[in-house]
Amino acid sequence: MLLRHTHTDIKERKALTVNPAKTCQPIGAMYAALGIHGCLPHSHGSQGCCAYHRSTLTRHYREPVMAATSSFTEGSSVFGGQANLIQAIDNIFTTYDPDIIAVHTTCLSETIGDDVQQISDKAGKDGKIPDGKFVIHASTPSYVGSHVTGFSNMTKAMVMQFARSSGTPNGKYNIIPGFVEPSDMTEIKRVVRAMGIDPILFPDTSNVLNGPQTGRYKMFPDGGVTREELESAGDSAGTIALGPLASADAARALDTSLKVPCQIQDLPIGLSATDRFIDSLRKAAGVSVPDSITRERGQLLDIITDMHQYFYGRKVALAGDPDHLIPLVEFLVSLDMIPVHIVTGTPGKNFEKRILEITRDLPCKVNVKVGGDMFLLHQWIKNEPVDLLIANTYGKYMARDDDIPFVRYGFPILDRVGHSYFPTVCYTGGIRLLEKILDAILERLDRDAPEEKFELVL
Amino acid sequence: METISVLKEREHQVFQKGKDDFDIACEKTSLAGSVSQRACVFCGSRVVLYPIADALHLIHGPIGCASYTWDIRGALSSGPELHRNSFSTDLSETDIIYGGEKKLESALLELIDKYDPKAAFAYSTCIVGIIGDDVESVCKSVESKTGIPVLPVHSEGFKGTKKDGYTAACEALFNLVDRGRTKRKLPQSINILGEFNIGGETWIIKDYYRRMGVRVVSVMTGDGRINDLKMARRASLNVVQCSGSMTHLAKKMEDAYGIPFIRVSYFGIEDTSDALYRVARFFNNNPDIMKRTEKLVRNQVRSIIPSLSEMKKDLVGKRAAIYVGGAFKAFSLIKALKHLGMEVVLAGSQTGSKEDYKVLREMCNPGTVILDDANPLELAKYIMEKDADLFIGGVKERPIAYKLGIGFCDHNHERKIPLAGFIGMENFAREVHQTVTSPIWQLVPRRASVLTPK
Repeated sequence: MLLRHTHTDIKERKALTVNPAKTCQPIGAMYAALGIHGCLPHSHGSQGCCAYHRSTLTRHYREPVMAATSSFTEGSSVFGGQANLIQAIDNIFTTYDPDIIAVHTTCLSETIGDDVQQISDKAGKDGKIPDGKFVIHASTPSYVGSHVTGFSNMTKAMVMQFARSSGTPNGKYNIIPGFVEPSDMTEIKRVVRAMGIDPILFPDTSNVLNGPQTGRYKMFPDGGVTREELESAGDSAGTIALGPLASADAARALDTSLKVPCQIQDLPIGLSATDRFIDSLRKAAGVSVPDSITRERGQLLDIITDMHQYFYGRKVALAGDPDHLIPLVEFLVSLDMIPVHIVTGTPGKNFEKRILEITRDLPCKVNVKVGGDMFLLHQWIKNEPVDLLIANTYGKYMARDDDIPFVRYGFPILDRVGHSYFPTVCYTGGIRLLEKILDAILERLDRDAPEEKFELVL
Repeated sequence: METISVLKEREHQVFQKGKDDFDIACEKTSLAGSVSQRACVFCGSRVVLYPIADALHLIHGPIGCASYTWDIRGALSSGPELHRNSFSTDLSETDIIYGGEKKLESALLELIDKYDPKAAFAYSTCIVGIIGDDVESVCKSVESKTGIPVLPVHSEGFKGTKKDGYTAACEALFNLVDRGRTKRKLPQSINILGEFNIGGETWIIKDYYRRMGVRVVSVMTGDGRINDLKMARRASLNVVQCSGSMTHLAKKMEDAYGIPFIRVSYFGIEDTSDALYRVARFFNNNPDIMKRTEKLVRNQVRSIIPSLSEMKKDLVGKRAAIYVGGAFKAFSLIKALKHLGMEVVLAGSQTGSKEDYKVLREMCNPGTVILDDANPLELAKYIMEKDADLFIGGVKERPIAYKLGIGFCDHNHERKIPLAGFIGMENFAREVHQTVTSPIWQLVPRRASVLTPK
C-alpha cells in the first residue's frame, strides 16, 4: 500500500499538485535539442536543472545524455546571467566543439530577465562563436506549460532560426514528429518514404538516444536533423505537424514567415489517426497508397478482428500528454474499450473538448481533467475501478495498490526497456500497442482463472 | 574523442599522481559551460531530508523540482511512506508576478489537515529566492495554526553547490532537534548521522549497535522519524557517516549540547570494523560493549571471508575507476577494492575538499588520475587511457561506462542492495563480480575484434 495516502474524497485543489502528471519546460527543450545533429543543449540556469534533466533522460533512454549549464550562482542571479552565458559559449566551443549550441532558459533566468538573443548576439560580436558554428535559443520558463511546451518552443526555435527561403523548391516535406520516442521517429520516416515522400524530420532523436553499443563514447552521436536540412526546411513543399501541442507552433511559424503551407494532425497512434496521416501524405504527394502500407493496415485490422472479444467493455484509466492521449483514447474507443478516467498535467484549451467528443457515445460518464495529477486519477480509480491503466512509470504505484493490469506508455519510462527501439506510431506501431494491451489483459485473465477454467487457448 | 583537451581553467582540477605537483583546486563552483555531473543546493537538501518518512515534504516552486525528485531515492521506510509522494505548489506565471506565499500557506494547511504528518518541510527553489516569498513567516504562521513543526528549508538552487544544500538541510534538522524538551542524557546512546537507509542499510547498522549494546536514539535520516529526531539531543555521541552531508549538524550539536562526534564509514571490512570499535571505545566505561563488539566483528568477518576469497580470484588485477559524490565515499571504495585485489586507476568526486584530495593521493598508486568535478569527456578519456574494467559512479555515468564497454556499479541513489556493513561488503563484491566478469564485455567491439564478423 504505497499510496495508502490516497483517499476517495475528491476536493478541488487550487494551490497544490500531488504526484504530477507533467514536468517542466526545459527538459522538453533539452530532448528536442538532442534531435539536432552535432548539437549540445545548454541550460541557462542553476546546475541542478541540467543535472535533473540529464538524469531523467538518461534513466528513460539508458543512453549518455549530454548538456551544459550556465552554473548560476548568487551573483549571476543578482547581476544577470550574461557573463555566465558568454563564458559558457566560449568554453563549450573550445572544449566540446559542437556545431550548434541550443540554449534554453529556466525559471531563474527568465525571472531575472536575461535576454538570451541579446547575449548570444554579444557573444557573436565578441568573437566567441567560431565561423560555421551557431547558437540558437528558446524561451522555456518552467512556470508556464509543461515539458511538452518546452519541446514545442525548442522545435520552433530550431527551424525558425535556421530555415531560409532560397526560392528553389527542394521537393521535400517537413515532418514534425512531436514529443515521441526515437523509435517512433524512425518509423514515421520509414512510412513517409514508403509513401514516396522525401522528409525533413525535426527534431530527430533516432540514432541519438537509441544508439548501438560500439565500445566508443561519442559525445555527438550520428543521428539528428542536420543544420543543412533545417535551413532547407524553408524550401519544402509543405509541413505536416504531428501533435498540436508539441508541433503546431513550429509549423505555423514556418507557414507565416516563409509561406510553407502547414497542416496540423494528431499523432498517428492507432488506426484512424494513422489513416488520417496516410491520407494527408497521399494528397500531399499526389500518389496512391503503396501496397506495403495497405498490408500493414490490414495486419493491424486483422489483430483487432482476431482479439476483439477481449477488448469489449473494458474500462481504462489513462495519464499522459495531450498529443498522445487524444489519438490513444480514440483508438481505445474504436476497440470497444471504455476510457473512463483521463488525466493530463499539461495545460491546453482543446483537450477536454476533444476527449468528450471522442467519448460522446460511450455508455457512461467520462472523467477528464486538464492540469490534473496522478493523485486525482488514483482517486477516480478508487471511486470507479478500471480493468487497465495506461500511464508512464509512475503509474506503477496505482497499478500495485489497486491490482490493475498496467501498460507503460509515455514519458518517462524508468523501469522497462523497449520503448526506444519499438515504435507505437503508425500501423505497425499500433500492432505493438495492441500486443502490450493484450498481454496485460490476458496475463490477468490467466492469473485469476480458477484451475478448471484455466485455458490453454485464448 | 581520442584527442580531447582538458579545459584550461580546469587544469588544476585534474591531476595524475606522480606526474604533477599536487595542489588540486576544488570546492569551486563549476565552470559555466561545462557538462558537469553536479547538481544544485535544492538537490542536496532534498536527498538529505527525503528519508524522513512521517514528515510532509512540500516543494515550493514550479513543477519540475518536485517531478524530478519524486521517489528517486531508494531510502526505505519500515512504516509510513508519506515521503514517497510528490507534493508541489506548482507555481505558475501569476504566482511569479504576485508571489506564492498564499499558495504555500494553503497547500501546507490542506496537506497537514489531510495527512496529519509529524512535521512539515517547505523547500525553497530558485524562483522563490528571486520573487522573495517569505517562506519563513509562512512556516511560522502554519505552525501556529497546526501545532506541528513547520520547517523552512532554504534550498534555492543557485545559492551554491549541493554541499550548501546539505548545510541548509542540517539547519532545518537542527531546528527540529532543538525542539526536544528532555535534556537528560541516555546512557550508551548514539545518533547515526549521514546514513540514509538506501536498500535497508540503516537496518543493518542499527542491528550491529543493538548487538553491541549501544542504544540508537535517532538516525539522520534513514528510516527517519520526527519523534526520534526530537530525542536526538539526549544521545552521548554522534557517529557521522557521509561526512560531507552531516558534519555541519554534528558540529552544531557539539556546540549546543556538548555531544562529541566521530567520522566513520560503514563501507568495507576495515572501515566498518573501525567504526564499531571506535564507538565501543567511546563507551569504555562499559567493557562488555567492547567484548560484544569484538565477537560481532569476528563472527561477521568470518562469515563473509569464504565468498570474498572466491570472488577475489576473478577480480585480482582488474582496474577500477571511481567517480562519486563525496570524497569520503571514495576512500572507503578504494580500501574495499584493494581488498578484492583490484587496482584503482582513477578517483574523483563532485564535492571533495583539499584535505580529502590529499588523503586520496596518499591512498592511490602512482599514475592514478585524481579529478574534481569532472565532465564526461574527461571521464571517458581517462577510463580508456587507463583501460579500466569497472566504473563506479552514479546515474549519469552508467551509460557512458556501458557505451565504452566496461562494467559498472552504482554506488549512489540507484543501488538496490545494501552495501553497508559486513554483509554489504559481500554484496558489493558480488555486484562488482557480476558486472566485471559478465561475458558481454568479450563481445564489445574493442575486445571482440577477433570474433566480430567481417
